[in-house]
Amino acid sequence: MEFESAQVIGAGLAAIGVGAAAIGVGNVFGSFLESALRNPAAADSQQGRLFIGFAAAELLGLIAFAVAMIILYAR
Amino acid sequence: MAAGRIDPMHQFTVEPLIPLKAGGLDLSFTNSALWMVLALAVITLFMWGGMKRQIVPGRWQMAVEGLTGFIDDMVQVNIGPEGRKFMPYIFSLFTFILACNLLGLMPLSIIPGQHQFTPTSHFSITGVLAVMSFSIVLIVGFWRHGLHFFSLFVPRGTPKVMIPLIAAIEFISFMVRPFSLALRLFVAMIAGHILLEVFGSFVVSGFQGGAMGWGVGLLSFIFIIGVSALELLVAAIQAYVFALLTTLYLNDAINLH
Repeated sequence: MEFESAQVIGAGLAAIGVGAAAIGVGNVFGSFLESALRNPAAADSQQGRLFIGFAAAELLGLIAFAVAMIILYAR
Repeated sequence: MAAGRIDPMHQFTVEPLIPLKAGGLDLSFTNSALWMVLALAVITLFMWGGMKRQIVPGRWQMAVEGLTGFIDDMVQVNIGPEGRKFMPYIFSLFTFILACNLLGLMPLSIIPGQHQFTPTSHFSITGVLAVMSFSIVLIVGFWRHGLHFFSLFVPRGTPKVMIPLIAAIEFISFMVRPFSLALRLFVAMIAGHILLEVFGSFVVSGFQGGAMGWGVGLLSFIFIIGVSALELLVAAIQAYVFALLTTLYLNDAINLH
């Protein structure tokens, strides 16, 4: 296999992680909304925790993106 | 963009505008510096317009008060009354990142010959911001608690057997903080700008093509409007998350846990 083709395939495989992080981020906001609708009075006080969870889930997807970019632009 | 290969990385090149070499150092005034100065100018203008201390605040003053109140609230909730003295730092961090992110998204490249630049899309900038936050956490922690600060690595109520393992994990998660802070902001900005660039060039090269190209160009154009809106949201969220995590780390250093 040519180096360039292997590079592109590798970058594509690394990008799967971004999709996985999308599931995580969706889960964070989905769960928050679900419980916020059950107890709207407590929802506002948990906004900070919502964004901490979002940041943690997002970071892993962004790392996957960074890895894909490193593979794509290697050499 | 000329037809042919899409080059999404070109927008991140740092070009010297006013070359200046001192000794072995390159101190040129680059486009990165220019956009940071622009961000500073925007912040100064915004704050200056709203700091007239009118008894009955106008719209502008309400906007400034809303911004400061928002950050003040965040600091009070997360750190407590002792966090007041860190409020200026958190506020500068938040407004600077927000201004840089938003200026990078404004359609200013429409002016011929201008090349837009987002300072926060570079690891050197976000890294310095993160290292600043991290050093403040370390200094405050050791200043207030001395060597007792190391109890941060052992949460209260940890069983004796687990202490070495937990301490190692907590130590790693503590040391990785500046990297995760810097990486999150810079990668989020890079990813957004690459996405915008790629779909923007789809629009251009699509409309140059035939009937099929028109379809592709139109779809990309509709898509890029949505992505731009999303990027505005991401710009605000990333600035907020950076400030929020800094307050949380400061809270760790001030109150231990």
